[in-house]
Amino acid sequence: MDRRNFFKSSLAAGAALSTGRARARETRSILPEALGLLYDSTLCIGCKACVAACKRENDMPPEFLPRTEQPYWDQPLDISGKTLTVIKVYRHGTMDKKDQEENGYAFIKKSCMHCVDPSCVSACPVSAMQKDPVNGVVSYDKDACIGCRYCVAACPFGVPRFTYDQTFPQINKCQLCKHRWKDGGYSACAEVCPTGATLYGKVTELKAEATRRRALKPGAATTYPRGKLGGPDQSYPGVAAKYVDRLYGETEFGGTQMVFLAGVPFEKLGYPNLPPRSDAATSETMQNTLYGGLVMPIVFLGALTYIAKRNVKDDEQGGHHG
Amino acid sequence: MAEHAPAPLGGKLLTPVTAVLGALSLAAAAVIVVRFIYGLGAVTNLSDGFPWGIWIAYDVVVGSALACGGYTMAILVYIFNRGEYHPLVRPALLASLFGYTLAGVSVIFDLGRYWNVWHMFWPGYSQVHSVMFEVALCISLYILVMWMEFSPTFLDQLGFSGLKKKISKLMFLFVALGVLLPSMHQASLGGLLVIFGAQIHPLWQAGMLIPLEFLMTAVLLGFAVVIFEATLVAVGFNRAMETALLAKMAGFMHGLLIAYLVVRFGDLILRGAIVSAFKPSLEAFWFWIESICFLVPVWTLSSPARRNNAGTLFAAALLLLLGGFLLRINAFLVGYETGEGWSYFPAFPELIVTIGVIAFEILAYIVFVKTLPVLPAQSATH
Repeated sequence: MDRRNFFKSSLAAGAALSTGRARARETRSILPEALGLLYDSTLCIGCKACVAACKRENDMPPEFLPRTEQPYWDQPLDISGKTLTVIKVYRHGTMDKKDQEENGYAFIKKSCMHCVDPSCVSACPVSAMQKDPVNGVVSYDKDACIGCRYCVAACPFGVPRFTYDQTFPQINKCQLCKHRWKDGGYSACAEVCPTGATLYGKVTELKAEATRRRALKPGAATTYPRGKLGGPDQSYPGVAAKYVDRLYGETEFGGTQMVFLAGVPFEKLGYPNLPPRSDAATSETMQNTLYGGLVMPIVFLGALTYIAKRNVKDDEQGGHHG
Repeated sequence: MAEHAPAPLGGKLLTPVTAVLGALSLAAAAVIVVRFIYGLGAVTNLSDGFPWGIWIAYDVVVGSALACGGYTMAILVYIFNRGEYHPLVRPALLASLFGYTLAGVSVIFDLGRYWNVWHMFWPGYSQVHSVMFEVALCISLYILVMWMEFSPTFLDQLGFSGLKKKISKLMFLFVALGVLLPSMHQASLGGLLVIFGAQIHPLWQAGMLIPLEFLMTAVLLGFAVVIFEATLVAVGFNRAMETALLAKMAGFMHGLLIAYLVVRFGDLILRGAIVSAFKPSLEAFWFWIESICFLVPVWTLSSPARRNNAGTLFAAALLLLLGGFLLRINAFLVGYETGEGWSYFPAFPELIVTIGVIAFEILAYIVFVKTLPVLPAQSATH
C-alpha cells in the first residue's frame, strides 16, 4: 500500500471509529432535589431589601454611580464584581400601571439562574465552576480559578462577573447563600423579601406554587407564602395577578433553578429566548466527536508519523536536515 | 544543493529598525508591569460585556493563526513530500516559534489569576470537556514540539552535537506532532465560540462548522504568511526573491481558498444567515470587508501570470492575511453581544502591549536570522 492510500484509509478508519464512538452529549435534566428561587415580578415592590441583604450576607462592598455626589449608600445599576443581585425596572410610556407592557412598569430580579446545564461549568477549563450533584447549585472556587473569564463570556445571562479593578481579581456570582445552610439559613434575598416575591425552596415545589398561581383567576383572593417553602408559615392574603403565559426557566437550555413569573413579556425584562437544547450540550458534543477517547487524534498521528518517517528520512539522505 | 544550506546572515544587530522595535517592546513591558500591580482594569477596556479583548482575540487567536507558516510548510514538505519547498521551512518555522511562544506568554498577561495557570494541566483541576482545556494543552505541547524541531539550528553552536543527533533521529515524530497539534488547536480556537451560542452573530455562529472554517483559514494564513515573510526578508535583507517557488505554492492556496469559500458561504446559505448580510448593520459591513478579502484573491491567484508577479502575489497574500484577521476579530469581538449597553474598543495601553509583542517577535526574528543558520545561503547579494 503506498503512503497516500495509507493516509486516506487511516483517515477514513479514524472518522468511522470516532463517529461510532462519539456519544452525542444530550442536554442535562433537572435534579430531583434541585434547590432554587421563584421570583414573581407581580409581587415585587422594588424595595431592594434583597439587594441590601445579599450584600451584607456575602460581604460584598458597596458600589457608587460614576461621578456621584452622594457616595453614601450602595447604588448598583447591574450585577457586577461587587454586586450579586439587583432589582431592575422595566418602564414604558407614561408608566401608569404596574405589570403592564404598554404605558406601564415592572420589576425584575437579576442574579445567577443556576442552570440545569450551565455553560459556565462546561466552559471552565479548571473545574472552578461546579454544579452540585444533589441540589444543583452552581458554585465557584476562586482557589481553582485561573481568571480566564471564559465563564463570563459563555453565560447567556451575563452572570459571572469579574473584579477587573483588583490586583488579585476573582469571579463573583450568586451561590444561593450556600454558606448559610450550616446554620439553618437560606438565601438572604428570599429571607428578607417582605412580599414573598422571591421565594426559596425545592424547584419541584416552587414550580407547583407557580402552577397554582397561574391557575388562579386574576383578581381572585388568595394567599402568598414568604421566605422559604416548607419553612414556618409566613403567608399573607393577597390578590391573584395577571401573568403572561410563561414560567421562565422551565425549558430554557433544559431549564434553570431560578424560575420567574411576570406580567410583562420576558424579552422586555431583559431575559433572552433560549432554545431547549443547551449550548453546553452542543459544545461538548463537538468535543466528543473530535476528541472522544482520543481516537481521531491517535489515528491521525499514526498516519502522520508513518508518512513523516519516510519523508524526513528521504530528506536527510538528500543532504538536508529538518 | 550546497548553496541552499542555511547559514547565518551576519551583520550588525543594532540598526535603526531594531532600535525602534526594541523601544516598542520596552513600552509594552512597562504597561505589563502596571497591569500586574494595578490589575487588568487599569490598562484595558475590558468589561463583563466584553471579558475578552484584543489580548485574546488578536494576540492569541489571530497571533497563533499568523504563526501557522511552520505548520503549513511542514504539511507541504513532509506530508505531501514536496521537497522543493524545503528552503522555506526553517524561516517559516522560526516565525511560528516566536508567534506561538509569544501567544502563549501573552495569555499570562490576560489571565486574572495567572499563578493558578498550572491547574489547566493538573489532574483533579483539568476539565477535559472545556474547549479551552484542549486549546491550552495543544498550544503548550506545540510550542515544545517547535523548539524541538528548531533545536538542530542552535544545538550545534551550543556544543550539544550528541543531543542534536538524538533529536534528529526522532525528528519524524516531532514533524508528525507538529502537524497534528496545530490542526487540533486551530480548529478548537474557533470551537471556543460554539458555547457562546446566540451571543455570536449568525454571520459567524456556524456551530459545528466553526472548527473547520478556522482550520482551513489557519492553513491559508500559513501559506499567506510564508509569502509575506519571504517577500519582506528578500526586500529587507536585500536577497533574491523566491518568486517561482512561491508562485507554485500559490496554486495550492487557490484550491484551498475555493474550498473554504464553498464551506463558508454554503453554511451561511443553508442556515439562512446570509440574509442578515444584506441588512444594514455594523456586522454586515465588516462581514463584507472580510468576504472581499477572501474573494479578490480567488481571482488574483487564478492565473499563473498573476501568480508569478511578485507584487500581485504579495498583494493577494496581504488580502488573505487581512481576511483571516477579520474573520477572527469579527467572530470574537464585532459579532459578540451578551446584552445591550456594552461596547469595546481597546484602550491605548492595551494596544501598546499588542504592538509591543509584535515588535518583539520581529526583533527576535531579525536577531535569530543574523546569528543562526536559518535562511538559505546565497552566493551573491543583490
